[in-house]
Amino acid sequence: MSQEGGKAGPQRAGGTSSVTAQTMEVQNLSAYYNKFKAVTDVSMKIEPNKVTALIGPSGCGKSTFIRTLNRMHEIARGGRIEGKVLLDGEDIYDDRVDPVQVRRKIGMVFQKPNPFPTMSVYDNVVAGLKLERRHKKSELDEVVEKMLRQAALWDEVKDKLSANGTDLSGGQQQRLCIARTLALEPQVILLDEPASALDPMSSQKIEDAMQELKERYTIVIVTHNMQQASRSSDYTGFFFIEDMGQPGQLWEFGETSKMFSNPERQETEDYVTGRFG
Amino acid sequence: MASNQLTKASGGFQRRKVVDRVMTGIAYAFTAFALVALVWVIAYVMSRGIQVWSLSFFTETTALFGDGGGIYNAMIGTAWIVLLAVLIGVPVGVMAGIYLADFGDNRLGDFIRFTADTMAGIPSIVVGLFIYALLILIMGWNAFAGACALAILMLPVIARTTEGIIRLVPGEIREASLALGLPQWKTMFRVVLPTAAAGIITGVFLAVARAAGETAPLIFTMLGSNFTNTNPLEGAMSAVSLYVYQASSSPYEAVQNAAWGAALVLLIFVLTLNFIARAIALRQKA
Repeated sequence: MSQEGGKAGPQRAGGTSSVTAQTMEVQNLSAYYNKFKAVTDVSMKIEPNKVTALIGPSGCGKSTFIRTLNRMHEIARGGRIEGKVLLDGEDIYDDRVDPVQVRRKIGMVFQKPNPFPTMSVYDNVVAGLKLERRHKKSELDEVVEKMLRQAALWDEVKDKLSANGTDLSGGQQQRLCIARTLALEPQVILLDEPASALDPMSSQKIEDAMQELKERYTIVIVTHNMQQASRSSDYTGFFFIEDMGQPGQLWEFGETSKMFSNPERQETEDYVTGRFG
Repeated sequence: MASNQLTKASGGFQRRKVVDRVMTGIAYAFTAFALVALVWVIAYVMSRGIQVWSLSFFTETTALFGDGGGIYNAMIGTAWIVLLAVLIGVPVGVMAGIYLADFGDNRLGDFIRFTADTMAGIPSIVVGLFIYALLILIMGWNAFAGACALAILMLPVIARTTEGIIRLVPGEIREASLALGLPQWKTMFRVVLPTAAAGIITGVFLAVARAAGETAPLIFTMLGSNFTNTNPLEGAMSAVSLYVYQASSSPYEAVQNAAWGAALVLLIFVLTLNFIARAIALRQKA
């Protein structure tokens, strides 16, 4: 196994090429809420050091799907799945796998910025490290600066690290949440509509940060913004729902350039050209 | 000339204006009435109580004859029972609240909620009787049993307050913590509870303020005493509220006056707790 729990974390935080982006492979995945099937039979390969965008109309299961990729789906009442999700060849849904470990390796940023309201900017960044175990102050200082730089937030907050995380603007809060996720040095980062609650300027900054991040990480992003998807992603998956009450499915998946210029299926073309959705 | 004639007199509007003023006046009057009652109680207790306050009132022990003595031993008793009731009631109540908020969306949770709400309505003297039957008949009079009775009275309030406050913590905060790979118990104790802390502490203070003034459950448990007893596990002990009750039914006027002095101590203690609770709640909002 190329990655082990003991090696992850801050002892490597100072290094330059410490993170290994990993491939994820989804095999025949269906997601349920109790008896309701929200997503059916999705298979796709998520390439390392690439951005994979998931697009599609509302309610077609994109968010449910992305939450199955780091076992956040099962937190919801009645949330369960069938199928397999492999991280570097290992099924994250294996009985012996601790979901807590999965989530440390596959980080997630949510639609609504959610910094911890009781913590400072500094403590928010290192929350995942500090709450796991004790760390040296110098170690944490280093992680805070490095991660805030990676999230393109350092220059804006370096003088107010002790301010409350929730005192920042919405866009800054979201980048803070990205920095907080990066601090755990995950192999994959999932972003569930990270810019949909933000103004265009902030949204642009997140997009820029993402381009930098893909050098180190595997990135999956759910987005409603077609331009964002076509500009910043390498692969695109189009989720579609045939009829109300039906489960969402992965209608088409391929390289972004092809998906946006010459998709195989009519519905994909209609959606990416803005004819519905 | 404007075609709508908006300024033309409309009988309904003029009448509504009058009714509005009258109703506003009535609302003010009743509010004032409620306030007067409250201020009157406080002012009266203060004017009567302050007369008997002196240094010796706080250093001497209680007496149900002569000048009524002081309340030194009663304050020690109140300190003991409040401390013990908090030590018993807060952990149990907060943990119960966590259970109800996080795992209580089932039949058992509904049952516990129903029980807690019923318990909150049980007369405190019944709780005193219960503890009497459970502990006093075996152990004899003791302050620990009194604290147990107070803890039982505090429990439902703390549990339900904690539940409500934890439910107010946005789900996104919890998700953020879980997504950082923190286990559920750490998410609860290191992220959710600190976020809810101010609200829970406010609830605890209010519950303590309520319990500190309780008298009925103490009659059957710690009985009251004119001697200083510092052992909560053995022997009768006095408490400020108990002394107010016992001294005020004394035939001697001086002893009755001493009861007012003790009542003032109790009032200030309870008001202080309330102010602290409000201050914490307000600071959290800011």
